[in-house]
Amino acid sequence: MDPQYITPFIKSIQNVFSTMLHMPVTVNQPTIKHCNSAAYDVSGIIGMSGDVVGSVVLSFPKETASKLITAFCGMEFPVDSPDFADAVGELVNMVSGSAKGMFVDKDVSISCPSVVIGPGHQINTRSDTPCVTIPCSTNEGDLAIEIAIRESNAASKAA
Amino acid sequence: MKILLVDDSKTMRSIQKSVLTQLGYTEIEEACDGQDALSKVGAFEPDLMLVDWNMPNMDGITFVKHIRQNDKTTPIIMVTTESEKSRVIEAIKAGVNNYVVKPFTPDSLSQRITETLTKKAA
Repeated sequence: MDPQYITPFIKSIQNVFSTMLHMPVTVNQPTIKHCNSAAYDVSGIIGMSGDVVGSVVLSFPKETASKLITAFCGMEFPVDSPDFADAVGELVNMVSGSAKGMFVDKDVSISCPSVVIGPGHQINTRSDTPCVTIPCSTNEGDLAIEIAIRESNAASKAA
Repeated sequence: MKILLVDDSKTMRSIQKSVLTQLGYTEIEEACDGQDALSKVGAFEPDLMLVDWNMPNMDGITFVKHIRQNDKTTPIIMVTTESEKSRVIEAIKAGVNNYVVKPFTPDSLSQRITETLTKKAA
């Protein structure tokens, strides 16, 4: 995957977490992912369409997600409540929206977020698109951004 | 001062509501998308609207265009992750008065709200 699509997500997650959660994020070495299993139990998913297509997943262990959502919302929600899922969705929305704003000369739309909660769930991405995992650490635990995006055929032809 | 919050995320509406309450605004109505907002705007008659862009059923830009067909004056602030220049221009052309990019600090949102209401009062 072109590094021009990785850097915006690194900048974005650091900006979103520092602005909305007042929490620094340490970003570790990105790696190519080879299986469909989500990194952790809670996944917020956003689709991208337009000049760049694919999906972005923000994945957390339940305990970390719970602590992060408490910091984000200023109150604690049960992991199985709609409010918890809503907050996870808004976080992935902000990280993805903010990142796509940094793509150079690309017209990209994002979908409304979906949230999946449960151990061992799988997220299938397009077979023609490699998935890059960016491991992140916070004071409240680890999380991962999983990016499976590529330029659309139309955008590639135009370039 | 009556304020309508239009965002599909309850989390985001709560964060905005908390900023507005701190500014002393307590008459707040919430809508979860553009369609819901259109159904509430007539009865509520807001003095200010904070509108998200990406929402199910009817997005924020479509809602703004609907509103501006009949109401050219009620201030609208777009509060969205859409930060591209082209999007900001599109929103302003549709009739948005001010623009806040998520993520935002309470101070930056407060500043935009005050700025927008001051301009309207002038």
